[in-house]
Amino acid sequence: MSEVTQNAPTSQVVNLQAEKLISDKPVTLWGTARRRLFKRKSAILGMVVLSILVFIAIFAPLLAPYDPLQVLIGVEKVKARQAPCIHLLGCPADQPQHLMGIDGNVRDEFSRVLYGARLSLIIGFTTVSFAIIIGTTIGALAGYLGGSVDNVLMRFMDVLLAFPSLLLAIALVTSLGPGLTNALLAIGIVSIPAFARVTRSAILTTREMDFVAASRALGASTSYILFQRILPNSLTPLIVIGTLGIATAILDAAALSFLGLGAQPPTPEWGSMLSAERNQVFTAPYLVVYPGLFIMLVVLSFNLLGDGLRDALDPRLAMKSR
Amino acid sequence: MLTFILRRILSSIPVLFGILVVTFILARALGDPCRAMLGEKATPEVCAEFNRRYGFDQPILTQFMTYMGQIARGDFGVSIRYGRPVTEMMIERLPTTLELAFAAMFFAVLLGIPLGIISAVRQNSSVDIGTMLVANIGISMPVFWLGLMLAYLFALVLKGTPFQLPPSGRLSPGMSPDPFFVVWGLKATSQGLTSIFEFISRFNMLNAILIWRWDVFLDAVKHIILPAIAVGTIPLALIARMTRSSMLDVLGTDYIRTARAKGASRYSQVMKHSLRNALLPLVTIIGLSLGSLLAGAVLTETIFNLSGVGKILYDAITARDYIIVQSFTVVIAVFFVILNLIVDISYIYLDPRVRLD
Repeated sequence: MSEVTQNAPTSQVVNLQAEKLISDKPVTLWGTARRRLFKRKSAILGMVVLSILVFIAIFAPLLAPYDPLQVLIGVEKVKARQAPCIHLLGCPADQPQHLMGIDGNVRDEFSRVLYGARLSLIIGFTTVSFAIIIGTTIGALAGYLGGSVDNVLMRFMDVLLAFPSLLLAIALVTSLGPGLTNALLAIGIVSIPAFARVTRSAILTTREMDFVAASRALGASTSYILFQRILPNSLTPLIVIGTLGIATAILDAAALSFLGLGAQPPTPEWGSMLSAERNQVFTAPYLVVYPGLFIMLVVLSFNLLGDGLRDALDPRLAMKSR
Repeated sequence: MLTFILRRILSSIPVLFGILVVTFILARALGDPCRAMLGEKATPEVCAEFNRRYGFDQPILTQFMTYMGQIARGDFGVSIRYGRPVTEMMIERLPTTLELAFAAMFFAVLLGIPLGIISAVRQNSSVDIGTMLVANIGISMPVFWLGLMLAYLFALVLKGTPFQLPPSGRLSPGMSPDPFFVVWGLKATSQGLTSIFEFISRFNMLNAILIWRWDVFLDAVKHIILPAIAVGTIPLALIARMTRSSMLDVLGTDYIRTARAKGASRYSQVMKHSLRNALLPLVTIIGLSLGSLLAGAVLTETIFNLSGVGKILYDAITARDYIIVQSFTVVIAVFFVILNLIVDISYIYLDPRVRLD
């Protein structure tokens, strides 16, 4: 741009800009956000990694050479915790190929890791969807109704926020009983306050705007104003913390499974796979490395994407966080 | 000033009460404690006896009042698995966890702040991009996995090199230093004093300094490095990110431009004019990170075989000893609220701009 200004007369620049404006499609919030998002390399990296993981999750049955639950005793000549055998790296061709080795129960680690992607993404999306639905409802009611409803709901959220999230989840699952469903419920519950708070503060700013007053003047009902007018305009911060929330949820779920409170064996869940083989880290490190690496990749991709979305959707925050 | 502090303290009382209510509901009302603890062994007869013994057959309100009374006296009940008072077990194990938390925080602050400053000063350089990528990876790693990987790397791969570090325990086998009060020949005059002495002596590094045994001190340091890195990585990443963004804010202000205009060196611009103001938000981050440190301790102490509070919680979870789990949750949450209180109050001193109304 600066080159053009130096070399060309001003009128020409104005013309060029005007032409660009006319030829461009109308600028929308989402259009601008998408452009900004694709400008950030880290966000693109996050999206690429995430796409690969989603692909793995969807096509796990086609990609995995074995059934993740199949015990290979009697099927192949393999031992428990056998090291990886990769034909390309010089493993004899007459031996069956196992890219990440064999786990302690004589199952193919690679297939289990691939299927783990499925569970991990499902965990992330279900817990955050649950938290968003409940959290936005609480936040919307508190923000819109105000007064004592606001006070009671938000003080309750403050109490939940007073606990470190993982510890509250641990306490919840211990009382509900271990298992994947209860772990998901616990993680969903501990994520609610963040969404409630963000929705409430977004609504507090939006509800004073003229278009809301106009709707009210036209006689629209409270629920119409809330769900059709105010909430859609408070959506952007929710998308950002939703994405970052998925990362936290996956990490917490892995931790719960590691503690034996989440997914139970033989479910191919990365956290519980790690937990099962953690004492073998010195003898069979490959059984510990890969599940953890995949947890890190999926969490990292959501974190990078979330950061990118924040910068793309809220230019004011972008200046700060950069 | 005093009224502000007082009002702030009063305002946290409802939250503290809420914490007690939530943990109580979690433990008593939500689940069936008998079924949760005994699992398949929980037949109706066994459960009736169990409920009678632990008072679960009382009306829920009576149970709640008893519970509140106990907590007010600092009595968290008796562990079902160990048969010992939970408070006693916690105090006994607390030094290990606190030592780990301090070491982790030391590591995080020592590395995080300089990295954040360098990233901000050299914005968009390769150092900056590298640091931020590593920080992102740091907050994306499961703490327990990082711990296992560190143990593998430093205890096995680097075995025989000067970088070899022990993967478990607090001190090498055979190294059992006397507590400082024995070495000093102190005679405690009361039971309370004895427990305070014992508490202090359980901080291995502090005790080693007090008895002037540098070999013990070094050994303790060597043992704590790996767990401290594992637990400290998330706070490190958060601190580096926060330092960077708040430094960037300050570096863009008018008074820094003025400093530049009057000819202040780059060093003085950054270290003298910017850093003090940029570090303010860090107080909050460091305060909040302590929460993640304690959660990290639950996952890390087991891996490094440290017998701290986190290890008890882990064992309690596997043994379904929910009295320990519940007490631990209460203590940590209360600790967290107090920490927030301290952070808020410290702001009055640190930042004259904070208005007391």
